[in-house]
Amino acid sequence: MRKIVGTLVVLAFGVLPAAAAKNSQSPFQIRLSKDQQVVQALNRLTFGPRPGDVREVQRIGRKKWVDRQLHPSGIRENPALEARLRAFDSLSMPPAEAARHYPTPAMIQAIATGRQPMPDDPGVQRMVARYKARKDDADPIAAPRRVRPNLIASASEEVGRQMLLDNAPQQVVSYDLNSGKLLRAVYGNRQLEEVLADFWYNHFNVFLDKGADRILVPTYERESIRPHVLGKFRDLLESTAKSPAMLFYLDNWQSVASNPPLPKRPKQARRGLNENYARELLELHTMGVDGGYTQKDIVEVARCFTGWTIKTPQKGGGFEFNGKVHDKGEKIVLGNVIPAGGGMEDGEKVLDILAHHPSTARFIAASLARRFVADNPPPQLIDRMADKFRKTDGDIRSVLKAMLDSKEFWSQGAYCAKMKTPFEMAVSSLRALDAHVENTIGLAKVLSDLGQPLYRKLEPTGYSTLNAEWVNSASLLARMNFAIALAQNKVPGVKVDLARFGSSADIGGIARAVLFHDLTPETTAALEKSSPATPALAAGLVLGSPDFQRR
Amino acid sequence: MTSRRFFLKSSALAAFGAGAAPAWLARALYAKDAPNPRKKVLVAIFQRGAVDGLNMVVPFGDANYYRLRPTIAIPQPDGSPDSAVDLDGFFGLHPSLAPLKPLFDAGRLAIVDAAGSPDPTRSHFDAQDYMESGTPGRKATADGWMNRALPPIAGPKSPVRAVSLEPSLPRSLRGRNDAVAISSLGEFQVRDSRGAATFESMYQSAGDAALAGTARETFEAVRLIQSIQKQPYTPGARYPNGRFGQSLQQIARLIKAKVGLEVAFADMGGWDTHVNEVGQQPSQGQLANLLREFAQGLAAFHEDLGDRIEDVVLVTMSEFGRTAKENGTRGTDHGHANVMFALGGPVKGGKVYGDWPGLATERLYESRDLDLTTDFRDVLGEVVTRHLGNPNLAAVFPGYASPKFRNLLA
Repeated sequence: MRKIVGTLVVLAFGVLPAAAAKNSQSPFQIRLSKDQQVVQALNRLTFGPRPGDVREVQRIGRKKWVDRQLHPSGIRENPALEARLRAFDSLSMPPAEAARHYPTPAMIQAIATGRQPMPDDPGVQRMVARYKARKDDADPIAAPRRVRPNLIASASEEVGRQMLLDNAPQQVVSYDLNSGKLLRAVYGNRQLEEVLADFWYNHFNVFLDKGADRILVPTYERESIRPHVLGKFRDLLESTAKSPAMLFYLDNWQSVASNPPLPKRPKQARRGLNENYARELLELHTMGVDGGYTQKDIVEVARCFTGWTIKTPQKGGGFEFNGKVHDKGEKIVLGNVIPAGGGMEDGEKVLDILAHHPSTARFIAASLARRFVADNPPPQLIDRMADKFRKTDGDIRSVLKAMLDSKEFWSQGAYCAKMKTPFEMAVSSLRALDAHVENTIGLAKVLSDLGQPLYRKLEPTGYSTLNAEWVNSASLLARMNFAIALAQNKVPGVKVDLARFGSSADIGGIARAVLFHDLTPETTAALEKSSPATPALAAGLVLGSPDFQRR
Repeated sequence: MTSRRFFLKSSALAAFGAGAAPAWLARALYAKDAPNPRKKVLVAIFQRGAVDGLNMVVPFGDANYYRLRPTIAIPQPDGSPDSAVDLDGFFGLHPSLAPLKPLFDAGRLAIVDAAGSPDPTRSHFDAQDYMESGTPGRKATADGWMNRALPPIAGPKSPVRAVSLEPSLPRSLRGRNDAVAISSLGEFQVRDSRGAATFESMYQSAGDAALAGTARETFEAVRLIQSIQKQPYTPGARYPNGRFGQSLQQIARLIKAKVGLEVAFADMGGWDTHVNEVGQQPSQGQLANLLREFAQGLAAFHEDLGDRIEDVVLVTMSEFGRTAKENGTRGTDHGHANVMFALGGPVKGGKVYGDWPGLATERLYESRDLDLTTDFRDVLGEVVTRHLGNPNLAAVFPGYASPKFRNLLA
């Protein structure tokens, strides 16, 4: 039954757009035209084409352009983007510094009441002075000042950020993260690298609003994810395993041997082994739920990671191994004996075992293929990618190259087969209209309405990349409303200039200029029947159309 | 699971036929005496941030309560507005909850004490997640208990069967059954009316059956809600200002409109009272203000529904309780068991249910928190089975083999 259902889904998603349902040949065997290949490259390896991108790929040549994206250090980054990113200073701060500069209301109160010393940071001193000045107000801790979002959203970036800093400093880190991610996605030249930063962050998801993670996440993304997005999987795995952000998010920092050698202090809360990280490491980060491990393996892996902890997480302390709480007994992980008496290397050995396990090669290959090719990628393609993973010691660039050299990637089966996530939909809209993003508060709210608040996926699974996840009422309405609002210049903090479309609504021309390929006849018919009065409405309707929801 | 959902949707679309008007909905909406199925409705309220249940329903008969909370305890009932409202000679309501006392007396409000999630976590994030997924200790659960609680239906479904008044769909409502997030009835629409018509015709003809199907449901829900919006309406009660009151008012409106609502979700935040939980007087301060809004909201909801309350059960929950002992900043820290309310016509109210474990040191969970004697799934499971009529609890709360109902419902 399951298999039949799966086939129906493939039919609905893969074949129908290609109009090849009657052909017995798999749509993954039918090659794309040259023009379609260019669109496919831009739809999958970037956050969507900007005006001029199609011509750029044609000029450089599709193969060469793809190769450049695979080697981003050779691409000159957009200097305007780099200049703007410098304003978001928490993006480059170590956690301890972010904790000092962007305190929570509780921390400000602690300083104001003398329970914590006054720091020499003039910004924080100002916050404390403001706190004291408005102490008469209703309890500021219970109800931290809610900044009126619309006011900030329509301010310039500098003013908006300052308003946030004055009223809700703890929100600045989130603002900077959102700004960094959105601006890089919209304006960055190293698009594939950006797509992969999004993919790998989501693969090793951490929820920003879980306690200390509010200050640990910027460093996590900067140091644990970004340097490895095209590198060795083993390095990526270890950098996440040792990151305070992940240790905190999945509780490993509190996990201690069940029978610690220390005498038990009765007053202390019970502590012991915590399996959360071990479970997600196996299920979500490496082998996959059907990868062939047992509950016993989870416990053994958790024992290996006891003592992997954080120095003072709320103050942004770093990774630390605490041998005193490490389980020094023998462990057997997936049949491999990890001898008694070990220390931090027990966890490292587990990472070795997992990174080289065939299930991991397959799971990572399949995850990448689902993001870049189709919800149900052909098994032969996954096999080839997994094989490359094993032969190159988990070299992500090589695995991607195997995918990009495949006929399946450049086939009708893959073409427009993926539903954009809200983030992809929003960013591709901004790119298509060549929008000027003045500040990102309004966009962050849009993404929340669309169902994908950035850095705020609570579950360790990350956001789904599967089509079904994003087909729901609230999300669809929000997409349509965003599309119309954006084209009509009604998204706070974002400006679009549609003068290039002239004054009459030439639907075909506008559609091609926004979508970069032809609308389906059904969408075209619906649009022509409605004859939108202005180019802005026409552009909004194209952005909200079923066609634009796919990539 | 994913593919199954698509399969169901696609086949429903095929059986129903694109463009066919959902006549049963129109009938339900417009015909005064149509054979409307008076749907049973479950409303869940989540108090996010972990409310201090010991100050919400005060165990004034337990001397340890006053020993543990020298500065923030609610005094024993003495009739003054700064003392507990006596319920049964042992428990009393926080004075701000006084509007609920008549409902308790009328047998409409039941209280379950020492209830909550058995998982030991004291992380808001994990505990909310576990409670909403309905699977404490299990992170991999993909959907929420309320979504799974929806009874199977043959044939077309109301587009507003499952509604969240949170702007995004909460974990509790996520899953295979369609659920819509409506932050307010007025905003649930495509804001450009000409655009809306074009979008509808575009999506209707989209080659992708699942997308077309969802879009059809969406526009049905929009039309339904807009038609409700257009009818003159005055709430049957005065709700408190703020988002919580607004949410309850809109849920009541949907219930009264008889459009097939079965489960609704709303939340209220701000309960994480580590500091200055109680003001100068027990009837003042953070907790008192929040509880006032909470009680006024529930009381208004009850009044507003009139006789429709007979079909409604509202339950409240919070991720965990707070420490039995007050902390050094006149607040409380993260604890364990808490209190749950059940309100509605089918409720056998007027009673505090559960087994009170006491607050003696040796009876406290991990020597610090109220111990748990009722699993939250016992309460929710009873409502799901006896009220919503979904007997398949093994699917709603997987891994929870034998719930012990408290017999809260008539």
